[in-house]
Amino acid sequence: MARYDRAITVFSPDGHLFQVEYALEAVRKGNAAVGVRGTDIVVLGVEKKSTAKLQDSRSVRKIVSLDNHIALACAGLKADARVLINRARIECQSHRLTVEDPVTVEYITRYIAGLQQKYTQSGGVRPFGLSTLIVGFDPYKGVPSLYQTDPSGTFSAWKANATGRNSNSMREFLEKNYKETSGQETVKLAIRSLLEVVESGGKNIEVAAMTKEHGLRQLEEAEIDAIVAEIEAEKAAAEAAKKAPPKET
Amino acid sequence: MECVFGLVGNGFTIVVADTSAVHSILVHKSNEDKIMKLDSHKFIAASGEPGDRVQFTEYIQKNVALYQFRNGIPLTTAAAANFMRGELATALRKNPYSVNVLLAGYDKETGPSLYYIDYIATLHKVDKGAFGYGAYFSLSMMDRHYHSGMSVDEAIDLVDKCIVEIKSRLVVAPPNFVIKIVDKDGAREYAWRESVKDAHAPPS
Repeated sequence: MARYDRAITVFSPDGHLFQVEYALEAVRKGNAAVGVRGTDIVVLGVEKKSTAKLQDSRSVRKIVSLDNHIALACAGLKADARVLINRARIECQSHRLTVEDPVTVEYITRYIAGLQQKYTQSGGVRPFGLSTLIVGFDPYKGVPSLYQTDPSGTFSAWKANATGRNSNSMREFLEKNYKETSGQETVKLAIRSLLEVVESGGKNIEVAAMTKEHGLRQLEEAEIDAIVAEIEAEKAAAEAAKKAPPKET
Repeated sequence: MECVFGLVGNGFTIVVADTSAVHSILVHKSNEDKIMKLDSHKFIAASGEPGDRVQFTEYIQKNVALYQFRNGIPLTTAAAANFMRGELATALRKNPYSVNVLLAGYDKETGPSLYYIDYIATLHKVDKGAFGYGAYFSLSMMDRHYHSGMSVDEAIDLVDKCIVEIKSRLVVAPPNFVIKIVDKDGAREYAWRESVKDAHAPPS
């Protein structure tokens, strides 16, 4: 029978698409992810939930390359992510083949968002349960970009954003502390916002930075630990300065 | 009258191709690069129907890139060769590509290699190979002078010998050639051998 054709995502009487909202719930339960745009760099950070002792952590990469100049991190259903990432990678190469030019960050974001929207308006399927953070450099103008998509298929550009668990706290922190940064300062800002909601330590965070010259670089655990130590030291110094006001004569 | 040939040396593979783009009796351009970079350590030197040549090699190039993004590691030369052969074979009895290819590559584990893949999907791993009318001359030259483990200088010397034979003995010999090399440091252009340079714009 044609039962399987029935749409799963239908409007509620008060104009909600419940399946999409439930998908957003799935995103809210996913691991925290943050993206920060600098003047010459874009940084992605993802929370690594405690890896099982017997698991080979190298096989669990949460920040992936879509092309030489585009990277993606996501929060939500990782299996759904695999499907979207695969389609996006194919589209990146297909675009290069047909127009002999690499995709812009906006193009591929629009493509992924378009895919996500399609699954909210088709029969027999459910929406993708993930929000993505897409970063990259425009291949012609060389400017860095950060975009976010969500299960409804909307997308927009951001200076800095977070998604997944405790994304509201991270976004609040970013709104308070964001300023135009470059290079290592941008990396630090991304890690600082992640540390607001994640247990500190290189073992629990995966960070990758993309620059125009070197493409995507995954930071080593030792590097992350070093930056975390720096951040903690700065925090401690700030606390100390607050508690002991400078003596003035 | 397209000439493509190549050989494997000590830790490197060299491929040479003529650079004429010809249509009937007209030479469109004499600096057409027919050796496409497949990835950091692979070249495809292709000859045949110009439209098919570009379509096929670009298609292969994008699929090889996709494999690398999906799997995090590049394809081996052998895998790329077999993939190409498979594509040619599938298209053969429907909509064949008229393209002959020499795939030159370097793998960390297995060293340099050269694959001969012709338009009806023949695949051979070879030490030296050639396509086109030029093959009559370059293969004979290589049969006489090639030995395994040649140095870059020795190989270039042999390549130049082949080019001289082609230019002097082939009735409509291409005037210009490009030489490219693949070794552990990657795939790069080595040199051009030009007899005819494209004229500059006339003085105003």
